[in-house]
Amino acid sequence: MASPPPDSDHWLVRPATIRRLWIGFIAILALTVLADFLVERHTIFGLEGTFGFDAWFGFIACVVLVALSKALGAFLKRSDRYYDGNGS
Amino acid sequence: MAGLIPFTLISAGALLSFLRGTERSAVMVGAPILTLILVTLVPEGPGPTVAWLGYELTPFRLDQLARFFAIAFSIAALAGGIFALRQERSAELAAAFVYGGATLGVVMAGDLVTLFVFWEVMAIASAIVIWSAGGSALAAGQRYILVHLLGGVLLMAGIAGHIAETGSLEFGPMVADSPARVLILLAFLINAGAPPLSAWMPDAYPESSWSGMVFLSAFTTKVALYVLLRGFAGEEILIWVGLYMTFYGIVYALLENDMRRILAYSSVNQVGIMVVGVGIGTGATLAGAAALAFAHVIFKVLLVMSAGAVLYATGKRRCTDLGGLFRTMPFTTVAAIVGALAISAFPLTSGFVSKSLITDGSAAVGLKWVFYLLTAASAGVFLHAGIKFPWFVFFAKDSGLRPPDPPTSMRVGMGLCAALCLLIGIFPGAFYALLPWQIDFHPYTADHVVSQLQLLLFSGLAFFLLLGWMKRTNTITLDLDWLWRRAGSVLAREFDLRGMSVRLALARRASKAGALILRAVYRSYGPNGILARPWPTGGMAFWTTVLLAAYLILYYF
Repeated sequence: MASPPPDSDHWLVRPATIRRLWIGFIAILALTVLADFLVERHTIFGLEGTFGFDAWFGFIACVVLVALSKALGAFLKRSDRYYDGNGS
Repeated sequence: MAGLIPFTLISAGALLSFLRGTERSAVMVGAPILTLILVTLVPEGPGPTVAWLGYELTPFRLDQLARFFAIAFSIAALAGGIFALRQERSAELAAAFVYGGATLGVVMAGDLVTLFVFWEVMAIASAIVIWSAGGSALAAGQRYILVHLLGGVLLMAGIAGHIAETGSLEFGPMVADSPARVLILLAFLINAGAPPLSAWMPDAYPESSWSGMVFLSAFTTKVALYVLLRGFAGEEILIWVGLYMTFYGIVYALLENDMRRILAYSSVNQVGIMVVGVGIGTGATLAGAAALAFAHVIFKVLLVMSAGAVLYATGKRRCTDLGGLFRTMPFTTVAAIVGALAISAFPLTSGFVSKSLITDGSAAVGLKWVFYLLTAASAGVFLHAGIKFPWFVFFAKDSGLRPPDPPTSMRVGMGLCAALCLLIGIFPGAFYALLPWQIDFHPYTADHVVSQLQLLLFSGLAFFLLLGWMKRTNTITLDLDWLWRRAGSVLAREFDLRGMSVRLALARRASKAGALILRAVYRSYGPNGILARPWPTGGMAFWTTVLLAAYLILYYF
């Protein structure tokens, strides 16, 4: 299948749109972190009162979870026909 | 009156096997609406009692907690009924309605015997929903019913023991302090998808039809959460069980390729968060568990409907075969995104106003690690259900598929659920008022909104930065069900093989012994055997004479 010219596909998947989406996304990320200067945080345990806690904690949690699942997958992944047939 | 609530759907299910066309559609929409009206109008109360074998049963109790869950299940039945109008297999629909009615029966059961009866009806009806999809669903349904019958056996044994100990049939708060009540707790946890049997859910649900999974994902796990909430609130072990389920769901969903299995794993994850709330057992976390269960019934039904619409239109379930569907399925895409935002607890959705009750509640009682783990899990939910599901199905690479949006009835079902997800999120006050706990909770503080947005958006950033690692492969991930799906059959074959020499040796010995016996018999009875020899007539006459002589002599004396 020949790849279609870049403008013929849906506007949402054109490289220019994707670049704009990334710029918008990064701007919103920055805004949510900057909002930490304006918002008073309730802290109970301490760590969650650090600057941009949910931003860095969420990011790290996701990286750890993805890495953990990759590691587990290395041992437990099988072809999706694994249980088909009589298992030989 | 109260008894009508479960039996409206059950009798509708019985009728559905015979109806066709407009009448069938009328029952499928009318029965859930009637149920919803009854659930909201029937006054609260313990309901009538029935004498049974010297015990008193209260089969239909309606209180605020029961009503709260009954409303959620009636809405699910209504939305599911509308969504399934195009389903041609009457058996599936009949079973689905009986299943929904039995779910309401469990919710209203005031005693353990009634609870058990409806519990088993649910297991059987839901298995029929799975089986009616045919094909690979037959074996999966077999495995499903075995797990649930095991749960039923544990429940029955537990109930019998509990009655023997306490003499009471009432279903109320319990403590898992005796073997009987531990069995009841285990039976409830099996249906909630707790370890080690969690695999039944991602194994069986995705094999059902495009409409079947809508009903399946609405009822069983949430009614299990309801009975845990009623029976075992504050049972500390549930905190750890729930946390395990939460992370199990995330990790397996991240590895999964089948879109409907992703959603099934995500149900384990969500129920895990609710189970943590039940385990902590304060008013706020119990309210949070109930609220999240209500919200989850609706947004999970919505997500499963959007996946069902894709399956209906393309016949495909694997992320590797899908992608780029937003071009021709805009309605389904938007519905899936609303469901995904709700499950991720984005502000203005039902997930946001319910899940934070549990997270904040864990901090309020000083459970530091539970709080941090739940926060990490919130990020993980967005990763596996919030982005992964819509991204790989509706965006990502262009699969070249151009299926249309589904027919009107399916769109109405999705629209109804999507509207509710947003309404509950925007007007949480009315939603909280339905809860049996008085809670003073304000979800829309600047602190809450900013921290939740940071958490979710940076999880989104992590997703797109790690996209290379998230690439889908045609794989499944082994789970503990490997023990009975693979190890069990391998062991059976192994026994068959190893046993062969033993069986052969036994057979050889048996035939040798048989031959010996036969030879012995042959010696006496064979053609030349002592008993078969022709005896000379003379000898015979001689011996007869001897005997007669002996007789005469004896006679004289």
